[in-house]
Amino acid sequence: MMTASLRQGDGFAGRADAVYETLIRAHQTLSDEESAALNARLVLILANEVGDPAVLEQAIALARRSLRPADPDHARP
Amino acid sequence: MSHGLSQNPRFSSAPMHEPTGGSRRRPVVVIGAGPVGLTCAIDLATRGVPVVVLDDDDTVATGSRAICWAKRTLEIWDRLGIGQRMVDKGVTWSVGRVFHGEQELYRFDLLPETGHRRPAFINLQQYYVEEYLIARAADFPELIELRWKHEVTDLTRTAEGVRLAVATPDGATTLDAEWVLAADGARSPTRTRMGLPFPGQRFEERFLIADVRMKADFPTERLFWFEPTFHAGQSALLHRQPDDVFRIDFQLGPEADPELERQPERVMPRVRAIVGEDTPVSLEWCSVYSFRCARLERFVHGRVVFVGDSAHVVSPFGARGGNGGIQDADNLCWKLALVLRGEAPESLIATYDEERGHAADENILNSSRTTNFMTPKTRAERHLRDGVLDLAAEAPFARSLLNAGRLSRPCSLAGLSLQTPDPVPQAAGPRPGDVCVDAPVVDAAGRAGWLLDSLGGSFTLLVFAGAGAPDPSRLSGLPPGLRCVVVAGRPLALPGAEVLPGAEVLPGTEMLLDAEGVAGLRYGAGSCAAYLIRPDAHVAARFAEIDGQRVTEALARACGRSVTSAQEAA
Ligand SMILES: Cc1cc2nc3c(=O)[nH]c(=O)nc-3n(C[C@H](O)[C@H](O)[C@H](O)COP(=O)(O)OP(=O)(O)OC[C@H]3O[C@@H](n4cnc5c(N)ncnc54)[C@H](O)[C@@H]3O)c2cc1C
Repeated sequence: MMTASLRQGDGFAGRADAVYETLIRAHQTLSDEESAALNARLVLILANEVGDPAVLEQAIALARRSLRPADPDHARP
Repeated sequence: MSHGLSQNPRFSSAPMHEPTGGSRRRPVVVIGAGPVGLTCAIDLATRGVPVVVLDDDDTVATGSRAICWAKRTLEIWDRLGIGQRMVDKGVTWSVGRVFHGEQELYRFDLLPETGHRRPAFINLQQYYVEEYLIARAADFPELIELRWKHEVTDLTRTAEGVRLAVATPDGATTLDAEWVLAADGARSPTRTRMGLPFPGQRFEERFLIADVRMKADFPTERLFWFEPTFHAGQSALLHRQPDDVFRIDFQLGPEADPELERQPERVMPRVRAIVGEDTPVSLEWCSVYSFRCARLERFVHGRVVFVGDSAHVVSPFGARGGNGGIQDADNLCWKLALVLRGEAPESLIATYDEERGHAADENILNSSRTTNFMTPKTRAERHLRDGVLDLAAEAPFARSLLNAGRLSRPCSLAGLSLQTPDPVPQAAGPRPGDVCVDAPVVDAAGRAGWLLDSLGGSFTLLVFAGAGAPDPSRLSGLPPGLRCVVVAGRPLALPGAEVLPGAEVLPGTEMLLDAEGVAGLRYGAGSCAAYLIRPDAHVAARFAEIDGQRVTEALARACGRSVTSAQEAA
């Protein structure tokens, strides 16, 4: 069976800078704790947008692979 | 009637007179007279199998244990002739509400349609459940021997079966059994004695569970609060029970001191915070629990079969413990009866392990997900959990992530070895492995009744007659002795004669009238001519048209008599 795969190419269609700016702006005026809360909510909202748990798994795997070794929470699966 | 420790009914039994040397081998001995052991005994008795039940105590469950009994459990107890008594005494509910603080986030209805005999759930104290099962067992004096104060102290597996050492009020004795059902609960001494590991997950969180008696007007619904305003902890749950008793669960956190927290002077202020100062309240029972999810790797060990909590335990959110155990009994007993009668090979018992092991995994998965949602363990988990709660008020998708308990539903056995692959996968209705759904029908005597009353007990071919009567020549090619229930949308006309509900199309055929057309719809009668129903009311096979050969093969397979194995089903 074919499983849907995570888009790794550029999906921003020329608006990447604007998207990045939007993400940064979302955290303006927030404390670190509030930012963490905001990120969790964004993840939930975007996970629903993605829907497919298999695609989500791939996204999580990519994110974890990209963690910097110095990061205290770093752990490879 | 109050059920404080001293008021429980006490039972006694005459001394067991065993011929010395254990010359009389019992077909089945059940260890433990909890809800699961008692249900096994009654089920076996309805199949004519004599059973001895040994219990180390002489009374019913004390204090706060199972209260929520699911539709499926009630249907099983209906088959055993004790469902109505449970429903008459219990309080019926199907709606759950989930709050965050004071705000209601959502409400769910577990049975939003009519046309079912039984409700989604009843609440009934476990001591009543056991009392009624004990009373029902007494209807089989020739077949069920209930032995109180009989503690199994040792177990040896022999070539012919199992030998039990039993401590009785009259001294020690031994008992030989062909089969032993270990229904001796979560701490199963049998499990320990056999050295079987019980791996799983333990949750650190502590919960105060209190049963209080009061006249209060809380609705008969499952009320669940995250971060309640009346309790400083993470969650609370409230259920109405019979006799004006309410069950309240308070989540206390992992640090709570169980000894301290169960003191009435600590408990009552928590209760008061919910019910107010003015309502008279008395504390019936309370305890502080932590929970685990665990299971035996295998439920069948030679002639010793584990059922109920001895085989698997779950946290109680979802009411999957007792309800799962009753389904164990339902799954095992017909198989055991067939094997004892020599009508199925002993290997059929291995499918109990396959099927109920699958169910246990499902129950453990669901109940541990709920417990994890309720007890976030890191800051990241906490942010996700709180995010779900805060989003749920506004965004419907977040309500589906909100997990305040996924309540017990009948497990599907689809794809497992006894079931014949589905020839009509697109058709509506239960698939092979699913449990049969109920529907209103008119029975042979013209009385309004329920489809499920005619299914289960023995293998049954459920035939949907369509516009005309099923062709008798097709029915006559069926395996001899197979029960046949024909459901017709209107009184049937056979060639030459009108056949009314109640008349027999063929000898041994029961006719039901689907007056409202609900049964036909729920079973996809347009594309499915017949269903082969197992004695536990799960579908073994279904057929686009009746074909004696196919039915015979499916029946052999469902009895474990054919060589077709799990690989083919997969
Ligand atoms: C707080 C709480 C709430 C719960 N709520 C629910 C709910 O709402 N719905 C639900 O479905 N489930 C619920 N459960 C789970 C439910 O109570 C159990 O799943 C159920 O009792 C299991 O039944 P059982 O017959 O397997 O074992 P038990 O009820 O534990 O019975 C075992 C029996 O074996 C006997 N025994 C033990 N050792 C021996 C021996 N050596 N010789 C002879 N006899 C012996 C014991 O005396 C006992 O009578 C709840 C549990 C708890 C703790």
